[in-house]
Amino acid sequence: MPKLAYFTRVGNSEEEQVRRRTAVFGALLAIVAIAIVMSITIGSKPVPLTDAWHALTSPTGTENDIVIRSLRVPRTVLGVLAGIALGVAGALMQGHTRNPLADPGLLGVTQGAAFAMVASIIFLGMTSLYAYIWFGLAGALIASVGVFALGMVGGRGGPTPVTLALAGTAVSAFLYALTSALVLIDEQAMDVFRFWQSGSIAARGAEVVWQVLPFIVVGLLLALINAPGLNALSLGEDVARSLGQNIGLTRGIGIAAVTLLAGASVAACGSLSFIGLIVPHLVRPLSGTDHRWLLPYSGLVGAALLLFADVIGRVVAPPGELEVGIVLALMGAPFFVALVRRRKPVRL
Amino acid sequence: MSALALRVAGLSWRVRPRGVVVTVGGLAVVVLLMALNMRIGDIPMSVAEVLRAVVDAGSDNHFVVMELRLPRALTGALVGAALALAGAITQSIARNPLASPEILGVTTGASVTVVAGVVLSGSAAGGVSGALATFGIPALALLGGLAGAVIVYSLAWRRGLDGYRLVLVGIGVAAVFTNVKFWLLTVGDVNDTGRAMVWISGSLNGRGWEHVGPVALALAVLIPATLLGTRSLDALRFGDDTVTSLGVRMNLARGLMILAAVLLAAVATASAGPIAFVALASPQIALRLTRSAQPPLLASAVIGALLTTAADLIARTAFSPIELPVGVVTAVLGAPYLIHLIWRARK
Repeated sequence: MPKLAYFTRVGNSEEEQVRRRTAVFGALLAIVAIAIVMSITIGSKPVPLTDAWHALTSPTGTENDIVIRSLRVPRTVLGVLAGIALGVAGALMQGHTRNPLADPGLLGVTQGAAFAMVASIIFLGMTSLYAYIWFGLAGALIASVGVFALGMVGGRGGPTPVTLALAGTAVSAFLYALTSALVLIDEQAMDVFRFWQSGSIAARGAEVVWQVLPFIVVGLLLALINAPGLNALSLGEDVARSLGQNIGLTRGIGIAAVTLLAGASVAACGSLSFIGLIVPHLVRPLSGTDHRWLLPYSGLVGAALLLFADVIGRVVAPPGELEVGIVLALMGAPFFVALVRRRKPVRL
Repeated sequence: MSALALRVAGLSWRVRPRGVVVTVGGLAVVVLLMALNMRIGDIPMSVAEVLRAVVDAGSDNHFVVMELRLPRALTGALVGAALALAGAITQSIARNPLASPEILGVTTGASVTVVAGVVLSGSAAGGVSGALATFGIPALALLGGLAGAVIVYSLAWRRGLDGYRLVLVGIGVAAVFTNVKFWLLTVGDVNDTGRAMVWISGSLNGRGWEHVGPVALALAVLIPATLLGTRSLDALRFGDDTVTSLGVRMNLARGLMILAAVLLAAVATASAGPIAFVALASPQIALRLTRSAQPPLLASAVIGALLTTAADLIARTAFSPIELPVGVVTAVLGAPYLIHLIWRARK
């Protein structure tokens, strides 16, 4: 009875697979927890674990309490949020464009945010991060809605991956050129821009966390809704259509999720889109191409990676700090290259 | 439109009339734009005066045109052509329209060494002028570009070359270079940062015959060489297994084409900096204008020259007397046009 045996085996292995994937999910959660503890306790002023717990549960206003509550906790929370957002956004973007070179900023999110922030500094005299972060968010949203609209206008049934990616790249290049021209004529804006473009989660404060939180929560919900549809789309548009998928709607939800997630984190932390670019490649060997697993895994790995890189950046160059974006690329990229060399890449 | 076959000494190419029209027509526009470009400067001239100065060695403006304006215009056109050709080859090999010589490590490698040179020897460290300013930067760029390419290629090579792995390794290495560059920009004095930013954007300001020579030589050697290789590029489109079964010696052909792209991009970057967007956009524009399946090499090169020359004209006139770096304008000019082409193709 070869046929029956075949079916039984598939049943078993599917169950096994779910169990295995749940275990991996638990392991990733544990890694993120370790990263959070490290991010709260390690820094230019190391705080013992007991003191950290004391600061969180019953603060009495000691120096450690203040450091933990006003600096480390907001920074860590922002790191977790941005890491999850960028990881998920990267996986969504590569899934929708089916391009391994796609990063969350592909639809113009990063450069839209950069342009709006630099323009608000130069033309409106904005000086505080809390003020120009709104411009960054608005710029990110407008740029990516614009790219999506460009793709929609000419098409029947929504834009194709290639045209979407190309239009996004073109719009990004356009906005980057305008931003470079602006910072070349305004030295003060150049000074802000050069730090913004390397990316950082330091000195953001709780206010920034509250500013970006709603966008990231809505973005994550949309991403979860999008996962099954995106799986169908990966089989090709014709197959997806015959499975009853509304392709335009699925793409729209996916792009909206990417825009909210990447837009919020890029506006708050600078251009960290490298996280979204490599995380899905790191995760795919664990998750396979099923987006119901790929998206949560990517979020967790993104958060852990961002926090680890941030902790390393705090201690590697005392008394100063190295921006998290730079640490990420310098440590993450060689690791990524080694991984790509060791195993056959899982193709999109 | 039907294709004609061109046979020379046992080798044959398919020649598509549309491709010929785009290439020849584009070349004519490049010459026209160069002439318009050469009118501009401290001594304004008409196109007729420019032409007279080129032909007549005894005229008043001969020196200005031949020693200052012509080499600058030529640098722009040739660098644009070289970058675009490198881009067309990279996109064909990676089978990815988003690929550009950046993923080969060339432009990003060059950026790191030049920014390091400018920032670390900058005003904070006693100032830089003279020899490093004129000859040092192209040499640094060439060195950095070639070193970047060697790093990417040797990391991507593993019992043969896989286009997909090359792309992934390329983005990893490019990220390292880009962030080292960012870090150097935050370390430096803000004035040096500004000067480094001008170079990173790509600039044709003050380019002379010494910048024309290397790029012209590279194009003269590599255009015929890459045209010989187009047939294997066409085959690469069908995927690795098909290509091997078709009997194309894949690794050799692909390795030589990548080498050509690296040399073109490295020499071009050394002359004028990594002019943005030309390598990525020109092949895609040429592909849509000629309606071919692969980025056409010659047409891409011509479109690259056209884009760069037109951008330089605008960079010099739009905010005159302030001159923008040409790389700022290439994207402002090329991006809307590429979007227009994408949009039109889908109607």
